[in-house]
Amino acid sequence: MNSQNIVRRSATSELTPAPDIRNHQMEVAKLIDVSICIGCKACQVACNEWNDLRGPVENNVGVYDNPADLHPETWTLMRFTEHVDENDKFEWLIRKDGCMHCEDPGCLKACPIPGAIVQYANGVVDFQSDLCVGCGYCVAGCPFNVPRISKQDHKAYKCTLCSDRLAVGQAPACAKTCPTGAIAFGSKEEMKDLAATRVAELNERGYENAGLYDPAGVGGTHVMYVLQHADDPERYAGLPKDPKISPIVEGWKDLLKPAAAVAGAVAVGAMAAHFIGVGPNTTDDDDHPEGSDGKLPEEPPTNVTPISKHAAE
Amino acid sequence: MYGAKTNLGRRGFLKILGAGAAALSAQAIGLSTAEAQVSAAVRPFKLLRAKETRNNCTYCSVGCGILMYSLGDGAKNAKPRIFHIEGDPDHPVSRGSLCPKGAGLLDMIHSKGRLLHPEYRAPGSKEWVKISWEDATKRIARLLKDDRDANFISHNEQGQLVNRWLSSGMLASSAASNETGVLDYKFSRALGMLGIDCQARLCHAPTVSALAPSFGRGAMTNHWVDIKNANVVIVMGGNPAEAHPVGFKWVIEAKIKNKAKVIVVDPRFNRTASVADIFSPIRAGSDAAFLMGMVRYLLETGQIQHEYVRDYTNAALIVRDDFTFDEGVFSGFNAETNSYDKSSWTYARGADGLALRDETMTHPRSVLQLLKKHVDRYTPEMVEEITGVKKADFLKIAEVIGSCSAKNKTLTWLYALGWTHHTGGAQIIRGAAMIQLLLGNIGMAGGGVNALRGHSNIQGYTDLGLLSLRVPGYMNLPSDKQTSLAQYLEETTPKDVTPGQVNYWKNTPKFFISYLKNQYGKHATKENDFAFDLLPKWDRSYDMLAYFDMMYNGQVNGYIAQGFNPLAAMPDKNKTSKALSNLKFLVIIDPLVTETSNFWRNEGRFNDVPTEEIMTEVFRLPSNCFAEEDGAIVNSGRWLQWHYAGQEPPGQARHDPAILGGIMMELRRLYEVEGGACPEQVLHMTWDHDTYHDPYFPHPEEMAKEANGYALEDVFDENGVQILRKGQLLDSFAQLRDDGTTQSFCWVFAGSWTEKGNQMANRDNTDSGLGNTPGWAWAWPANRRILYNRASMDKDGNSWDPNRQILHWNGEKWVGADVPDFPATIPPGGPAAPFIMLPEGVGRLFSAQGMNDGPFPEHYEPVESPIAKNPLHENVTHNPTARIFQNDRERMGNRTDYPYVATTYSVTELFRHWTKHSHLNAMLQPEQFIEMGEKLAAEKGIKHGDTVKVTTKRGYITAKAVVTKRMRTLNVAGQEVEQIGIPCHWGFEGATRKGYLANTLAPGVGDANSQTPEFKAFLVNVEKAEGELA
Repeated sequence: MNSQNIVRRSATSELTPAPDIRNHQMEVAKLIDVSICIGCKACQVACNEWNDLRGPVENNVGVYDNPADLHPETWTLMRFTEHVDENDKFEWLIRKDGCMHCEDPGCLKACPIPGAIVQYANGVVDFQSDLCVGCGYCVAGCPFNVPRISKQDHKAYKCTLCSDRLAVGQAPACAKTCPTGAIAFGSKEEMKDLAATRVAELNERGYENAGLYDPAGVGGTHVMYVLQHADDPERYAGLPKDPKISPIVEGWKDLLKPAAAVAGAVAVGAMAAHFIGVGPNTTDDDDHPEGSDGKLPEEPPTNVTPISKHAAE
Repeated sequence: MYGAKTNLGRRGFLKILGAGAAALSAQAIGLSTAEAQVSAAVRPFKLLRAKETRNNCTYCSVGCGILMYSLGDGAKNAKPRIFHIEGDPDHPVSRGSLCPKGAGLLDMIHSKGRLLHPEYRAPGSKEWVKISWEDATKRIARLLKDDRDANFISHNEQGQLVNRWLSSGMLASSAASNETGVLDYKFSRALGMLGIDCQARLCHAPTVSALAPSFGRGAMTNHWVDIKNANVVIVMGGNPAEAHPVGFKWVIEAKIKNKAKVIVVDPRFNRTASVADIFSPIRAGSDAAFLMGMVRYLLETGQIQHEYVRDYTNAALIVRDDFTFDEGVFSGFNAETNSYDKSSWTYARGADGLALRDETMTHPRSVLQLLKKHVDRYTPEMVEEITGVKKADFLKIAEVIGSCSAKNKTLTWLYALGWTHHTGGAQIIRGAAMIQLLLGNIGMAGGGVNALRGHSNIQGYTDLGLLSLRVPGYMNLPSDKQTSLAQYLEETTPKDVTPGQVNYWKNTPKFFISYLKNQYGKHATKENDFAFDLLPKWDRSYDMLAYFDMMYNGQVNGYIAQGFNPLAAMPDKNKTSKALSNLKFLVIIDPLVTETSNFWRNEGRFNDVPTEEIMTEVFRLPSNCFAEEDGAIVNSGRWLQWHYAGQEPPGQARHDPAILGGIMMELRRLYEVEGGACPEQVLHMTWDHDTYHDPYFPHPEEMAKEANGYALEDVFDENGVQILRKGQLLDSFAQLRDDGTTQSFCWVFAGSWTEKGNQMANRDNTDSGLGNTPGWAWAWPANRRILYNRASMDKDGNSWDPNRQILHWNGEKWVGADVPDFPATIPPGGPAAPFIMLPEGVGRLFSAQGMNDGPFPEHYEPVESPIAKNPLHENVTHNPTARIFQNDRERMGNRTDYPYVATTYSVTELFRHWTKHSHLNAMLQPEQFIEMGEKLAAEKGIKHGDTVKVTTKRGYITAKAVVTKRMRTLNVAGQEVEQIGIPCHWGFEGATRKGYLANTLAPGVGDANSQTPEFKAFLVNVEKAEGELA
């Protein structure tokens, strides 16, 4: 479970594939049982504390969701929905939002930087922040609208599934701390078994449409939900019913990326030559067109959907 | 060839490659594949080889285990600093979990609000100045002594010796350790103070007032893990998913493993309700009517555990003929004093002086028949009229509750401050106690009346007697009228009521004299009544509401607030502020900046006070926090858990024992040198070099051992066999003596630190059955985990439910998963009943003389009520025994000006007014808000996130509006009632948005039994904020 062998790297062509031999590993998963989540936000705090993140203290905007949205320094948060069904039954649905760690990760596919997004053999999709240039393609590639780009360092951030804890055999901070056990962590197989027993229990309690959310459109996920109303995931603060990677991103991967890789190789060659011939670059103004105001150099590409309005945060 | 492009910057070059490839940062490709491979490694694990220290969370009473990781390995040259905290997986309750508060502890320890230096604010000054510890200590001791010497009362007007000092008082912390609590108690009583209190006054005092007369002890009957054994979990007057999330783990466990039904009845659809099977809204302040309706339903439908009711409650006992109840008033009422003569509230006695009994429970004067008559008025229709709970919902809930009268089904009742914060708070709790007795659920695994205590050590501070009129171990301080030890013991030691009972309180003299020996050591002798005269005697209550009223009226000069923020915590902040302004001096001992310490500072509209006119001298002394001390705290399940320091207090902050020790030793020096008022009271207190290795800084182990107690001489049993040698730590309170040969500060803690070592530090989490872990920590009394557990079996010792067998008789004694709450060698089949702390031996449906406002609960309207009359008796609308001071009465609003019901509470992200200092928590709920229903919001033109102004007769606050479907309009007594929810967490200090203290709004009136304020039901007006308030 704890091994972190990389099986996929972003922007890596078939000419230079990620090492894919040590793949006989257990896939891990986090199972979030929405039916026993009390929305306490312990997972948010544990995430921030473990990952040394301190987001801003915002304002109350009339709801319990705080911070109001995912943020480069808020990798998970609770989204609260007040729902009344056709029988006038009221439910307060609370969903922990964050990276789903897709088996077929749109972010990784969209990322143009070799190795800036990797997938480990255990299924975790991890951003290698030091490589990130903040282009925002991962934001565009994510069907769940999860990555956020920092104004501070212009890099994309999201949940790592606590890959540093997994690496030493520990559970993610959110799963460990969860007071009610609404977040379980283990092998994907066992999490699916657990989900089945939870769904059966919910069926017994009258939730006919209870089910597991492990969407096939992204090859399944390593963060799954048990939903009381799996027939209508949108009810849970807009959880997509059938998430898919945008066809444009798929196209980018298949058509454009090889070209980009060639361009990248050219760039490598150029820089190597540059380094050999001239020595390390010195900083010049042109290196920082964004200046010092902390703004991104450019908006992420808008021709690729979906684009988060928060991408530039 | 590319080398020739020497002037091309990196970015410029990439631009040439086009927009897509521009994203190919040079950082990404670097110069070697090896570098890229290395950079692909995960973040290094940050805890490797860090020092791990075990502690318990400082916030709520679940008492979760935590692991604190600090720099260094303990070597002398490395200064440990905690840099990460997570849950202790070995802890039987928390099992590695922490709630949002606990998970954010790190930012509390390192909060920007930590106090680092002693500071002083001069009269009229606008600022703090640094002061040395020596100067602060000397000045404070001088102020205290001068005030005591000037105002000490040695004799009352009747000439009785009273030895009390009323013009200075003290508030004690609720998160400090027991060991600090021992010193708090000694400190205040050594000076003769009566104006002492702790947080229990503002939270669970009604629990003790209600549960002790019902069962014998005033504590949570079961424990957190035991909740998992329930078939039904009912939550009323509490919100454990938010206030005790990790304890709530065991509700979810019951739900999943036991298919338990969870029922929530609350003014708000809260986060507990979000995972409940049944929810009903209820009007705040009407719970007693709901519960009496439930009692009526159970009696009428016969859904009671008959054998249990007959044998283990006082249902069969006969009540005196002159006990009556008519039109809202019980017999013996005195309208002038608003109090009862309780002499008729007792059993009819036979010639032998023992209570009469009718085994059939059909005698018209039997408790059961009187109860039936009393609750007859509470029909489902009446319940709906008073509470707003729809009849159909009430009956649906009643059916589920009634199902737990089966011997093999248990219901656990969880409540907290939603019940205690009412003028009839204790009687609401009585209602649950009665239902659980009728269902046969007390003493059962998965049953009980489970008072979910608030602060992490408020149970401990209650045990230690840090309340105005208490003595440690649930004994009362003697009153003026009790002029001798003999008289006190005669009046407080209960006589037998029914034959053959254990009546364990008959040992009161052993407990009390051992306490006196602890307090006054060699100065307590048989000849001088064990220094009984040195105890301050009381004439009236000096609870917080009473004491702050005295302060408001200019009758108090000095006050010490240790780990307490009364400006935020007391009701009616504007009154509290004026009261504090009347003090000559205020001493703050706290790890954090509190609003109270800055009460004199003008914070604009959030605290608009005339700073220059406030002549109070204020001292602010920085103390340690939980992570910086060794000691024990007591969780709600009565577990004393020992914890360890993970770092030193920051800056110049000192440990509480050192702060108190410094002031006390200076006071002693002054009394030795100068004399003064009753110097013996100060100097005879055991706070010297004979008691502590360093009385300036007593060590926690020393207080822990004195709280347990030890032999002062060799002690022998009745057969002359030596059971203790001089100096030996006690194994149990059974070894206490009333002849001065033993001492124990707090008898219920006896057994916590024995010759076998510190039992509170035990860490064997083996489950002995049904989730009991007797090897983990130590629980009072006698390490019993489920109180009254003898009642889990019938008289002959057969478990009511074989699947819930806690104990069995092995031919010689009771053994099993828990320590028997019963003499271990009294065999089954005898007359002794399970409730050993009550002289009857049985649980009380009729509380006899135990309560101030009646032996049966009755619904009275809150002092500020939205309806004109009590539907039950229009001439007696409010609790007739509720105490209201004149100036508080003038600050009460009416339903015309203030038409909406307000209730205050905590939300899960924050803990009272502490966690606003933690950035991690401030992020989660950054700003004061209120909750209101959609209908009212529409009427008022208020939308999500609008700023609103909430007003009572006492003041106003502004807040953001959370408009929600979760607050519903109720129909009560023929009118629509809207309720507004007001969380109490924010203020003008801390990392959250600056704001008002929400307790500006709450009224200054308390529960008739315990004077705990009515925070949970009062009247407000609400409107969209205009002008500068918007």
